[in-house]
Amino acid sequence: SLCKSVIYGIITYRRRGQLAALSIAAVVIIVGVPLWWRTTETYRAWLPVSQINELSNLQLQLSAEVEVVFARGTVTPEQQKKVPLTQIQDEEHTVDEDTALRYRYETKYRTATIMEEDALNQPTAAEADLSLHTLSESPCGSLVVYVIPESSSLLPEDMDVYVGQRRTALLRIGAQMRVGKTLDQLLAHLEPRIKQVLQVMSFSHTDISAALSDRVRLSPGNKESIADSMRTFKSSPGYEITFSLLNPDPKSHRLHWDIEGAVQTYIQPLLTKLASVANFSIDSQTLYYAMLGVNPRFDSSLSAYTLHSDSLAHVINPVEARLGSNAASSNPVLNFLLYVPDAHHSPLYIHDRKKQEVPSNAFHSPRWGGIMVYNVNGFYGPEAVFPVDVNINMAKVMGVFLAQLRLLLGVQSSTAPSGFLVAPCGSNGLADWELDRLMWSRSVENVATATTTITSLAQLLEQIGNIVINDNIAEQVSSAVTSLQLAVAELETGNLRFALQYSKEAILASERAFFDPSLLHLLYFPDDQKFAIYIPLFLPMCVPILLSLLKIVSDARQKRREKQAKKD
Amino acid sequence: MQLQLFVIILFLFSPLVPQENAGQFFSSGHTNNWAVLVCTSRFWFNYRHVANTLSVYRSVKRLGIPDSHIVLMLADDMACNHRNPKPATVFSHKNMELNVYGDDVEVDYRGYEVTVENFLRVLTGRLPPSTPRSKRLLSDDRSNILIYLTGHGGNGFLKFQDSEEISNVELADAFEQMWQKRRYNELLFIIDTCQGASMYERFYSPNLMALASSQVGEDSLSHQPDLAIGVHLMDRYTFYLLEFLEDIHPSSKANMNDLFKVCPKSQCVSTPGHRTDLFLRDPGSALITDFFGSVRKVEITMETINLTEPIQQVEQNFVNEERQKETYSYVDQLPVSEIIHQKPKQKDWHPPDGFILGLWTLILLVFFKTYGMKHLKHIF
Repeated sequence: SLCKSVIYGIITYRRRGQLAALSIAAVVIIVGVPLWWRTTETYRAWLPVSQINELSNLQLQLSAEVEVVFARGTVTPEQQKKVPLTQIQDEEHTVDEDTALRYRYETKYRTATIMEEDALNQPTAAEADLSLHTLSESPCGSLVVYVIPESSSLLPEDMDVYVGQRRTALLRIGAQMRVGKTLDQLLAHLEPRIKQVLQVMSFSHTDISAALSDRVRLSPGNKESIADSMRTFKSSPGYEITFSLLNPDPKSHRLHWDIEGAVQTYIQPLLTKLASVANFSIDSQTLYYAMLGVNPRFDSSLSAYTLHSDSLAHVINPVEARLGSNAASSNPVLNFLLYVPDAHHSPLYIHDRKKQEVPSNAFHSPRWGGIMVYNVNGFYGPEAVFPVDVNINMAKVMGVFLAQLRLLLGVQSSTAPSGFLVAPCGSNGLADWELDRLMWSRSVENVATATTTITSLAQLLEQIGNIVINDNIAEQVSSAVTSLQLAVAELETGNLRFALQYSKEAILASERAFFDPSLLHLLYFPDDQKFAIYIPLFLPMCVPILLSLLKIVSDARQKRREKQAKKD
Repeated sequence: MQLQLFVIILFLFSPLVPQENAGQFFSSGHTNNWAVLVCTSRFWFNYRHVANTLSVYRSVKRLGIPDSHIVLMLADDMACNHRNPKPATVFSHKNMELNVYGDDVEVDYRGYEVTVENFLRVLTGRLPPSTPRSKRLLSDDRSNILIYLTGHGGNGFLKFQDSEEISNVELADAFEQMWQKRRYNELLFIIDTCQGASMYERFYSPNLMALASSQVGEDSLSHQPDLAIGVHLMDRYTFYLLEFLEDIHPSSKANMNDLFKVCPKSQCVSTPGHRTDLFLRDPGSALITDFFGSVRKVEITMETINLTEPIQQVEQNFVNEERQKETYSYVDQLPVSEIIHQKPKQKDWHPPDGFILGLWTLILLVFFKTYGMKHLKHIF
């Protein structure tokens, strides 16, 4: 009986051991591993990855509405019966494998009303434009082209098209259109000219593909467009404009400039009109004893000092160090400097490459700002008592700065095609169609930038598994995706103002998500470091479990072999 | 054949004539320059790393990059260190020939602010919204950036502040994130540490050019000690780099191939290396001033706008609005009155500390073990 109990004890002891090993292994695998996984995983909120991947393939459609109005004398009565008429034309462009563009032009043809005929009977094109504007105002993004007969005296002889200050253009019908042609032939004759008008006043393929530069790094095609894209500031929610008066010689000149009034009268109207595109904040300062840093050469033939265009590039840097900027914001800064040369180096003229004097006496630097040299030696004679009080003619100065501002913001369009007479921009410095152009390219630029930001963020977060994605980031990403989808939809239907607004919201949300300080990828652990951390923790625990499991398996196998042997 | 060649040459040159303004843009494609200069080591005996960084800072400023476009990170203050026999100076040549500290140094990140986290935040732009402009890298897609790192490094890492390190993978990922967000046009990366070439091995973003002072397995050596100051003043590679840059002026046409020849093995003892396979342009066409200087592109303003309206006087609205004059007062920075007449601080009650609890538990256990449980009723 003692033997029996001993043997019984041995068997049960081994059985207990096996049960113990198995249960420990079960607890480790069923409870331990999930617990370790949950406690070491990083919190990653859900991101709409599928929608983001859809957006990475950008199919943009831009719709523009054109109304073509036939004045009296341009259509015959038979042609007039078929008018009013609506045509839709699509133009497809594939930029690269991820980006495709479609331009949709919806053209409505109609004849002019009596009031419009009266308006077109004005003596000059500018007055006709004004009275046409008082009749009706075209919505943002659309155009009206008035076709006037060949005999009309509104345009000079060699010009066919007059581009007004608002959203109207006057197109003179060609001499070839005689009585007897059908409406289709008339429309076919007009089509290339209308297309040109659209390219000037609405959007052109070069502008839109330049706006997509964030997505698509284009190889240098048209040099002028590349220079344009390098010159204009990138789309930003706000800009800061600083006007600085540089007086290197306060002992001789006491300068007075009414900058507040000048800004209010000349610059503010432009900025108010651009309020839908960006916010602007303006400041001004006066810097004394600020030299140019370049020695001008004395030209005895002009008895004046000259600055050659090659040395202009070295003017900006010494001055920039002293300019300062608003520390509170990270918006791009546009600097406009007015330099009044000192009495010993007056007058100072800027010469271009051909040694010709520059009428504006000003130059600008892309994505930086502009500098104008203002000579005051004409205001006083040789017997004047120094310091001399000088009142600066702000209208002249602001004329130059406004032109530079238009260039730097991308408002100025490239040279118009031949036969086009473009009206000078109005008192607020910006024609309506220029604003539309800017809004088109800004919307496309914002959409392109926001899509690249969102897709690269999604890619980054997928690649690096250790980054924590907080809820606020997920929220920003979702709102960016929604705004992008809305912006693309609004562009398709041609609601330019809403498209720009949504694209701005999209860009703000995507930038906020991408540049969130919490997304710092500091959790890079090389594999050997991971092993070095986990092995001392898990190996001592796992070795006995594994060995006992192995023992169980080998015991079971041996028992089976014994059973086999017994059977045999 | 000759006629054809002549015609071809004529065609090549004819586009240059009308597009004068556009022509000067195409050499490099950048409109502004930035520099991020980092010294990663502290302690007095690492004087040379601060001197390295400051001499590059000085050259870069001399060639035109303004302070607003330079992010300077110095991990320790050598100029005002207690051991500096000449306070407020940092010399780069022995016999105190050249003081690179100067009067107008603008250090953006100093002392313990120089960490791997802050460096990566500056590069990727993920700074908290309260960060001032001077501490940010506000570059855009047309910026050329120069990044200079110096300190102690090893195979695949660079040591920061003697307590943490940045690995070459993290650096490569940071550059990739910069590329994704188009934060640079071209980037020049210079590193002066031991085994510096390992830091640029993992780069994979386009438009990067890298230079290092030594290959993997080699140490970068210092140049010369100054017996009056008592430490080594500069590292060899940066010393000869500074000598090379002193000959460069803002309109110089020296290119990157000249930069690769700086400090051959005979002078440097280590073998400097460079990497240009990710750079899209030919290094011979990249000027030194494309990265070290800030040569602005300039266009003449051809058009002006004719403004005819007289200036409206901005009305000073003092009459209508009653400006309520609120009296403002400064908050005491040093509340002296509170310090002098200090009331005793009311101490909040805290439960007993773990140590006290543990001690009492031990005493109780020992007591009951020796005397048995029957004494429990005497306590409670």
